[in-house]
Amino acid sequence: MLGLDPSISDSSDLVPRFSGLRFAAPENDGGYPMNAAPIALPRWADTALVPLVSVAAALAVSGLVVIGIGESPLEATALLLRGALGSAEGIGFTLYYTTNFIFTGLAVAVAFHAGLFNIGGEGQATIAGIFAALACLWLAPLPGLLLVPLAVLAAAAGGALYGFIPGWLQATRGSHVVITTIMFNFLAATLTVYLLVEVIGKPGSMQPETPEFAAHAVLTPMHQLLAPLGITLPATPLNSAFLLALAALVAVWALIFRSRLGYAIRTVGANPRAAAYAGISPARITMVAMAISGALAGGLAVNEVMGVQHRLLLDFTAGYGFVGIAVALMGRGHPVGVALAALLFGVLYQGGAELSFDKPSITRDMVVVIGGVIILFAGALDGLFRRAVAALLQPGRAA
Amino acid sequence: MTAPAPAIALTGICKRFGPVQANRDVSLSVAPGSIHGIVGENGAGKSTLMSILYGFYEADAGEIALGGRPCRIRTPADAIALGIGMVHQHFMLVETLSVVENVVLGAEGGAWLSGGLKRARAELARLSDAYGLAIDPDAIVGDLSVGLQQRVEILKALYRGAQILILDEPTAVLTPPEADQLFALLRALREQGKTVILITHKLREIMAITDRVSVMRRGEMVAHLATAETSPPEIAEAMVGRRVLLRVEKEARPRGAKVLEAIGLDIVDARGVALLSGIDLTLHEGEIVGIAGVAGNGQSELLEVLAGLAQPSRGVIRLNGQVLTSADRNPARLRKLGLMHVPEDRLRTGLVTAFPAAENAILGYQNDAALGPGPFLSPATIAARARETFAAYDVRPPDPGLKTANFSGGNQQKIVLAREIERAPKVLLVGQPTRGVDIGAIEAIHRRLIALRDSGVAILLVSVELEEVMALSDRILAMCGGRITGERMAGEADERDLGLLMAGVTERAA
Repeated sequence: MLGLDPSISDSSDLVPRFSGLRFAAPENDGGYPMNAAPIALPRWADTALVPLVSVAAALAVSGLVVIGIGESPLEATALLLRGALGSAEGIGFTLYYTTNFIFTGLAVAVAFHAGLFNIGGEGQATIAGIFAALACLWLAPLPGLLLVPLAVLAAAAGGALYGFIPGWLQATRGSHVVITTIMFNFLAATLTVYLLVEVIGKPGSMQPETPEFAAHAVLTPMHQLLAPLGITLPATPLNSAFLLALAALVAVWALIFRSRLGYAIRTVGANPRAAAYAGISPARITMVAMAISGALAGGLAVNEVMGVQHRLLLDFTAGYGFVGIAVALMGRGHPVGVALAALLFGVLYQGGAELSFDKPSITRDMVVVIGGVIILFAGALDGLFRRAVAALLQPGRAA
Repeated sequence: MTAPAPAIALTGICKRFGPVQANRDVSLSVAPGSIHGIVGENGAGKSTLMSILYGFYEADAGEIALGGRPCRIRTPADAIALGIGMVHQHFMLVETLSVVENVVLGAEGGAWLSGGLKRARAELARLSDAYGLAIDPDAIVGDLSVGLQQRVEILKALYRGAQILILDEPTAVLTPPEADQLFALLRALREQGKTVILITHKLREIMAITDRVSVMRRGEMVAHLATAETSPPEIAEAMVGRRVLLRVEKEARPRGAKVLEAIGLDIVDARGVALLSGIDLTLHEGEIVGIAGVAGNGQSELLEVLAGLAQPSRGVIRLNGQVLTSADRNPARLRKLGLMHVPEDRLRTGLVTAFPAAENAILGYQNDAALGPGPFLSPATIAARARETFAAYDVRPPDPGLKTANFSGGNQQKIVLAREIERAPKVLLVGQPTRGVDIGAIEAIHRRLIALRDSGVAILLVSVELEEVMALSDRILAMCGGRITGERMAGEADERDLGLLMAGVTERAA
């Protein structure tokens, strides 16, 4: 079966290594520079400077693309920023997108800390959406104060279950989570189609979607939530899931950097051998971390299904799960970084939509290209600028 | 009288890595046809200097002359072309290829292998004759013993026409008899006019084989000595910059009750290879039992099985008289029962180098209720405790927030030792306590272990440094091929005798 070794006697071989996060570097105890050792940078440079340089480079390349189609990059940037942050409505949309990216970014980040590459955010969110929808539909007789938390928990449980299974497969069978989570994305999508068409679809409708949830089963939009406080906001998709996302940022920070479980997760991610020596079971942590990761991805379903669409429909995940990988990489796996990166992508999504509206020559596809370039620089080409930054900071080292 | 031009003359070599001056105005002159030792503590700049000579780095300043001709060495290829060969501590061999294929690797001489292989075969035969290096050119390298693999490395260098051979810690992986064979080979090379540079930290080897020795400390050359006119204490003092005790004193002490007992331990791996066979072992309170053996003869497996990191295929382990059930045989449970473990490889097993030092000071004890409320760890508590222990164990710098990778080997080892000793072990398993540790720190670590033994702890010491095993142990067990091949009391052990046991020559019935 794909030549995967079913034994996990040394799970370190199964664990992906990413330069951006704090993973164990192979120690070159001979002192000779034979292997290209990971480039060590001061903490501030690693956490702030490299991502900033990456974003700047991505914007420069995007600018060239904009010039290439005969538009002014400065004007485009101004339009984009004004669209995203120039009005209360724009900010509302931006933060709505940011909510999605916070959840999916945190999901990827938690798995990263355990040395796992969870590409299954899409699938986990999809299953979470099914769980949330079933809770909202089936438990509708309950009062909202009980129903909404239960549905949120159902979403988290669905995501957790769907993250746990690949974790369990890796821990016990050696099936790599990268492979299984990708495959699980397709399975989840197919399951949704089946359920929406055959089981829980809206009766008499050709649309593959559930009936709309009861009014007390959905999350409160932000403009309604703040209205009693005398704050009037335009109606946007931004809803109370945003507050849940902020809480998740704090919770993940406490989990990873302040809790015993987080310590175990980071130990397994950085050095599985040392973890085993410390009496921490890498197999158990793999399963737990994937479950937590999946639960966080479930937040995407809370925002989209319970907060915006108020029903389950096909493909509501819309690629947010994948962008979460870039968010986590850019944010260096730290909740503060994830929040900032999520905000950046929120600005891009909202500003990009406005931009393509104002400048028909810059189509939505162009905006997708710009997002892609940023993902490319911030995620895949992370190492590109590390050497140069290291050379600037420590002349002579990068000889 | 005109001396021949030195084979290697380095003048005023400087190399800086950011804030670290790795080599400062280093000069070195090596006579042709001599064996020249270079000693120094970790981080003294030996490796950097040799990297400059072999073309891994270019010096910031300074000159290199070979045989009197100034030259510029920018890449290892330049170095090889100039007749410099290097044998690394970790061999650069492809284990699945044969000896002759490894020898031509990178010097195949064209797109077709057959011509190069034929030439290599002839050349190998000639070299084997010239130096008495008997080796089967068609043997698969992975099947050869470590000593023979090292020969392949040397042959590789000679095949490329090396006149100067640099050996980095060549005896770290050899048994004493293999080391003797290596020294005989090096002498033969010297007879033939080759120049040998030997990097080592074993003063015994320096005394045994070198003509001259250069001592480095903190990036500088501090002494050039003629071996015949110097002594180990003098060299050690030059290395450390102060007087050091090479052998810590310990007093004889009656041992106490049995604490740890292993009976008939076997480990058979997934391929059916026996890694440990029939190990019987007893540890008493207040004694140090040393395991002497060449790396890879089952000592690592023995430590792992006793520490609960590996499960025995057969056999019984008793701790304080209680048979350990399979539920007991995991590191977390054993720590609670008072069995602590300083692992052989602190970087791969004993520490998470990416963590701050304080977080490593709790590795294995992360569930200790004193470290924080409920499911949380309190960073302030952890840092405060680390600061305390770092002061007590003289960890330098005593900064709990510093990334563990940035500590020197000796201080990393002190962090591990402090962590395990601090929690009052009944049994302490110690693997390679001073591997990659400065002489100064070795003394401190040895003192710690002896003090611990004097306080009644049972210590099992595994080390590939025979000298260390002999210096610390009350009782010595020799291991070879996963078996215990002999036992000696500290007083009656001698190096030659232990060397034979380590090589698997078991004692005949007296």
